[in-house]
Formats: sequence, C-alpha cells, structure tokens
Amino acid sequence: MILLSVEGLSKRFGGLLAVDKASMAVPEGSITGLIGPNGAGKTTLFALASGFLEPSAGRVLFAGEDVTAEPPHRRARRGIARTFQIVQPFQGLTVHENIAVGAYLRHAGRQAALDAARAVAEEVGLAPLLETPAAALTVAGRKRLELARALATAPRLLLLDEVLAGLNPSEVRDILPVLRAIRARGVTILMIEHVMQAVMNLCDHVHVLAQGRMIAEGPPRAVCNDAAVIEAYLGHGAAARMRAEGGAHA
Amino acid sequence: MKARDILPLALLLGALALTPLFASNLLLNFLVSALIIALGAQGWNLLGGYGGQLSFGHAALFGTGAYATAILQTTFGVNAWVGFACGIALAALTGWMIGFLSFRARLRGSYFALVTLAFAEVLRILANAAGFTGGAAGLLIKLEPSFANFQFASRAGMLWVVLACILGVSLLTLWIDRGRFGAQLVAVRENEDAARALGVDVLATKLRAIALSGAITGAAGGLYAQNFLYLDANIAYGTWISVEVLIAAIVGGLGTVLGPVVGALALHGVGEVTKGLLGWMTGVDLMLFGVILIAAVAFVPAGLVGALRRLRMRRATP
Repeated sequence: MILLSVEGLSKRFGGLLAVDKASMAVPEGSITGLIGPNGAGKTTLFALASGFLEPSAGRVLFAGEDVTAEPPHRRARRGIARTFQIVQPFQGLTVHENIAVGAYLRHAGRQAALDAARAVAEEVGLAPLLETPAAALTVAGRKRLELARALATAPRLLLLDEVLAGLNPSEVRDILPVLRAIRARGVTILMIEHVMQAVMNLCDHVHVLAQGRMIAEGPPRAVCNDAAVIEAYLGHGAAARMRAEGGAHA
Repeated sequence: MKARDILPLALLLGALALTPLFASNLLLNFLVSALIIALGAQGWNLLGGYGGQLSFGHAALFGTGAYATAILQTTFGVNAWVGFACGIALAALTGWMIGFLSFRARLRGSYFALVTLAFAEVLRILANAAGFTGGAAGLLIKLEPSFANFQFASRAGMLWVVLACILGVSLLTLWIDRGRFGAQLVAVRENEDAARALGVDVLATKLRAIALSGAITGAAGGLYAQNFLYLDANIAYGTWISVEVLIAAIVGGLGTVLGPVVGALALHGVGEVTKGLLGWMTGVDLMLFGVILIAAVAFVPAGLVGALRRLRMRRATP
C-alpha cells in the first residue's frame, strides 16, 4: 500500500520555482530516500508533505486521503512526523521534557507521556541523557533528540531531513541500526540524505530531485549509475567522461 | 502533585492568612493592594512566563474585569459576586479576542507587545469618553459593607478573599505546569515550528492561554474595584497596571507558580519603604521599579524564585 504520495506538486517563491510538478510515492513499510544536489528543493518538498508550506499546485495524499489543505499539527495527528535539517530543540527544557512534548500527542496524562518519552529515549540511545538540558547536547545528541521527539508522536511516516549530516563516520554507524529497528517495528521512513553510505545501506528505493524536478528513481545502486543523476551532481557531460574513463564512478 | 510542590505555596499563603491576628490596618491595606497586583501578575505569567507571549497591555484585561464588576452593580443592580464572576468571564473573552486578532495575524515578540499596548490604550480612551463608565469623573460603588455585597468591615475579609483567589490560581498553575497543556504551552514559547511539527495546535494553545490569563487578571481587576470602591479610566485601563504585573512576574520568576506573588510582595514592599523615606519625590517608587527590573533582567534572569531554587539545588548537591 502507498502511505504517502505527492502528485504534481509545485511550489513557487516569487520568481523561483523551488519544486516543479514533482510526484513520488512512498510504500508503507519502506525506507525511501530522497537525494539531490544542494538547492534541489528537497527540504521544500518535505515542508509541503508535512504541511509547513502550502503548494502552489498539486496534491499530497496520506494513506489515500487528501491532506493538502491540512495544517502541520493535524497531519502529525494522522501520523506524519518530521525532523528539521537545522535542529530545533526546546532549548530551555531537558531531553526528557523535549521528548514528552511529542509523547503528549498520544498520551493525555503526565506519567504516561513521560513513560513513553523514556521508552523512545532508550530506543534512540538518549536514555543516559534524559535529565540533561537540551541546550547542552552535542550535535550528534541534538540529531538524536530530533529523531526521538518525532518518534514520540507514534508516527506511521517519519520524514527525516538529513539526520546524519554533521555526524562523524562512527556516529553514523551507531545510528544506522536505530533507523533499521524503527522500520522493523512498522514505521515507514522517507529520508533526505547526503551521506551516500547510509543511503546505499538503508534505502529500498531512491528518488532524485534536481532543480525542483524528479529526474530519476529506482534502487539505490541503479540510481547512482543513472546518467541524468551523475550530470545533476557533477555537471553536463560528466556521465560521458566517466564512461570514457572506464567506470571510475563505482 | 507532590508535597514538595505544595509546601512553599502552603507556607507562604498560610503565613499571609494569619497576618490579621497581629498586623495593623496599615499593613493589611498594603498586603491587599500588593496581593491584588500579585494575582494580576499570575495571570500575566501564564501567558508571558509559560507561553512566552509578552503582553504590554494587561490593563485591557484588568480594566475590563474591574469595570464589569463595578458597572453591573451600580448601573444594573446585579449582586456584587455575580458581577465579579461576569467580570472574570468578560475579561477572558477580551483576552481571547485580542489573542484571536493578533495571534491569527502571527504577531510575536515586540509586535505582539505593541498591539496589546494599543488595545489597552484604546480601551482607556473609550472608557474615559463613554457615559456608562462614568467618564472622566469615574465610578463610585456605594459603601455598604456586608458579605453579600462583597465588602468587608474588617480588612481581614478582603485579604482572605484575595488569598483564596491566589490559592486557586496557584493550584491551577501548578496543575497546568504538570500537564499536557503546560508542556505544549512551554513548547510554543521555546520553538513554535518544532511544537507544530509535534502536533501542537499553536493558535489554539495561545488562545487558551490568553483567555485564562484574561480571566485571572480580570479577577484582580474585580477585586481592585471591590477593595477601593472607586474606578476611573486611568486606574482601570492605565499603563501602570500593565507595567506592574509584568515587572512583578519578571522579578519574581517567569514561568514559576509562586514567582509573581513573591515578586509583587517584594516590589511593593520596596516601593512603600522608599515612598516612606523619600515621599517628597513624586514617582520615586516607579523609578526604583525601573532600576529593579533592569537589575533583575541583568543579574537574576530566573527571578527571585529561580534564584532561590538554584541556591537550594546547590546546597543539595555540594
């Protein structure tokens, strides 16, 4: 079943067409990747999918229902959770309180929300830092907090905007199993990612956005060998040059 | 709720409730005035301290509560307690309407502060011009001390009513502080976008906060009317009350249950002492309030209650 689908989605900022008739479908239970060069419109597409921006044209369907006109908090209630590329912790609160805000979406009582928050913290490896002020976390800690807060809303679809950016290779290695475990318990993931090691490792299917348009999709390996994708990243003629040099792209 | 949360509240309010046993009428008058400000500051704190929406026009809510309480009695002959309840409801509605107009337009920070100031000033000018508010001459409530009239022959009566209101609001604040609404309100204060992404209806949360804030500060206005039995536009909708409630909350401790009460008592204590010593200098207490506000923001941003809490934590973990 298709959990999220965007159909002919466009977003115009004045003279700039940030997203241009983009369509994609995210099957339930998958880890789907969204890649593309800087400025391709990936984050804008996320903002459209989660309701932070209104599209200039096109539709967003979640579990078959049209949610294009719904504000973000309604979509969160339906089960769409997003993280922010630029982390947005509640600075003045502890890690536990931060995550509890997400948990309150499904739990009315304080104790239930705090317990749910603790469980999520254990899942993403923040359990030892529960009482730490969010402002005191390292970059890796803040990324985990972003993930934990979104997870605490008990989402069906998790939109991850570069949760691995800024992490060192060993931190990336630590978090990959966490993401796999999240998918294993039934949460669908759509992730924007530049760390190709992670995309290759995690994603079942990858969509490529360049200059607002979807230019390719497929399994990660196939997409990386796609001529249009190579040109989008490396410039016009790059694919032909690489072929001539004997497949140095691998 | 744990005993630790209730204890300071019980001790402070308990001690204040016992003051009529030994205190002079002068001291009781001082306490009643300071505690009415404290109640108004508790209302401000709910929106400003917990919600991060800094209002510079809580006079709009205070004045609505005060005028409604007074006018319903004098013009319509309504029972004083009923008038007081209506005043609270009207102030909540006023708060909701100000919030609806400004939050829906996405006004935040200084813009929100300026708009609230404008609302209060417009109401002040209207109240000064209108007939049913008594205009510039003001409004007198007839002196008829009896419990049914919400007037008390002894100062202790009014003190206890004000304390009961503060107790109720403190428990309400504590309950909010410990619950979902409080968590969402604080989340809105810290980061609106992040809150929205986590399913918080930001507009609804702010509107609930400003309506509650209006009810509480409106109650303070109603008590003011019953205590002094006189109102005019500059008292009810004057900038003085907007300023006093926000200074009391900031000095006492933003986003804490008891901060506004401690802040109001401390400020008014200092104010009375200076007025006593330097009474020939008109407005010396206001100048001092300004200095205290600057000092508080610079040196104890967490306020008196926050500073005390930190001291206690430092002692607990040496």
